Amino acid sequence: MTCEQALPLLSAYFDRELDVAKSLEVEGHAQGCNRCAATLQQHDALRTSLSGAALVFAPPGGLERRVRTAVRREARPSGLFALQPWRWAAVPLAATLAAAFAWSVAVNRGATSGDDLLLAELVSGHVRSLMADHLVDVATSDQHTVKPWFNGKVDFAPPVADFKASGFPLVGGRVDYIAGRPAAVLVFKRSQHTVNVFIWPARKEEPALRNATVHGYHLLRWSGSGLRFWAVSDVSNTDMESLALLFQEAG
Amino acid sequence: MRKPEELQRFERLVMPHLGAGYNLARWLTRNDDDAEDVVQEAYLRAVRAFDRYRGGDPRSWVLTIVRNTCYTWLRQNRAAETASARDDDNGVAEIPGDPAAQPEVQFIRDVDRQLLREALETLPAEFREALVLRELEGFSYKEIADIADVPLGTVMSRLARARKQLQQSLRRRMKEGA
Repeated sequence: MTCEQALPLLSAYFDRELDVAKSLEVEGHAQGCNRCAATLQQHDALRTSLSGAALVFAPPGGLERRVRTAVRREARPSGLFALQPWRWAAVPLAATLAAAFAWSVAVNRGATSGDDLLLAELVSGHVRSLMADHLVDVATSDQHTVKPWFNGKVDFAPPVADFKASGFPLVGGRVDYIAGRPAAVLVFKRSQHTVNVFIWPARKEEPALRNATVHGYHLLRWSGSGLRFWAVSDVSNTDMESLALLFQEAG
Repeated sequence: MRKPEELQRFERLVMPHLGAGYNLARWLTRNDDDAEDVVQEAYLRAVRAFDRYRGGDPRSWVLTIVRNTCYTWLRQNRAAETASARDDDNGVAEIPGDPAAQPEVQFIRDVDRQLLREALETLPAEFREALVLRELEGFSYKEIADIADVPLGTVMSRLARARKQLQQSLRRRMKEGA
């Protein structure tokens, strides 16, 4: 065995992960080769320092309790689990749409060019939420669970309501990062479709509804109580406006 | 998970590995708060996916989820970091140890913890993860391959290159410090 053959195997030899034959070959070579022997010494020195340096991070106090609480809440039998299958059903569709997405944004109407980036961010946030298993961070139809969940995650209090009676059941919430700041996201269902409502504080009130279409997704903006709302979905504009109305009535 | 005994089983099998999960998440996100968030989300995913757990080592099983959650998080929050390691580069070989480098071996053995931590943190995520799983958590190549969802050969080359880069980085820091 030559040095060129031995060098790529030294690390695995050192870890005792080579089969017996290869291991013997490397060993035979390293006994007569100062360079390879020195490399093995360095691996050994590195292991000594890695194990001696207390590099393992211990979880902060309270993490276990918080995780246990969250896990128990998640495991509680609830309506949420009956809703699970659509999350997977949405994935192939979302992946197809995302493949066609191609990062260029065509805005049909209603947007100034400065807003194009924001619209693109909103749509990719929406698509991403359907693609990755990351639709919601707190999965529940209980608004009283979702609202406090946002405490400490965003620096404002988003209005959380379940509009199940009007055909928009609340599925849960998560935090996304939109336009350089954290946004609260409420997730609703409209029959088999998903509506993401992004919420963050508005610098100025813009009472008028505004809509846009980006790659077949509808976006609708409204404001209220010092907050900006953007809904993104593939449901109809009429449905989006109904949801906006529900928010405005509830607020 | 509708049955209370399933939750009990989850708590018995999976909760004890929260520390390992936090350690991996902390090394991958390099931030205390982010690691906490990621681990919490990973455990929620784990409890949702627990009906798909088919026995086997629960620590590997949950670390796979923690690892995937970390990468999703990194892609969403620090996209630049996930494109850092390329496995197609086969430049494993060119670190001939210098036979005269005994002081260097000594230096690596005695290296200051802070220096080592910094050097490890600057490795590409895939290399960092391989070293953490191997050296800090003691996983075999096969287990690392399962957790990272890559072939065994990739684990082998990642660890070889991770060690090489870490040693080079320490050497550079030694020279800067000297």
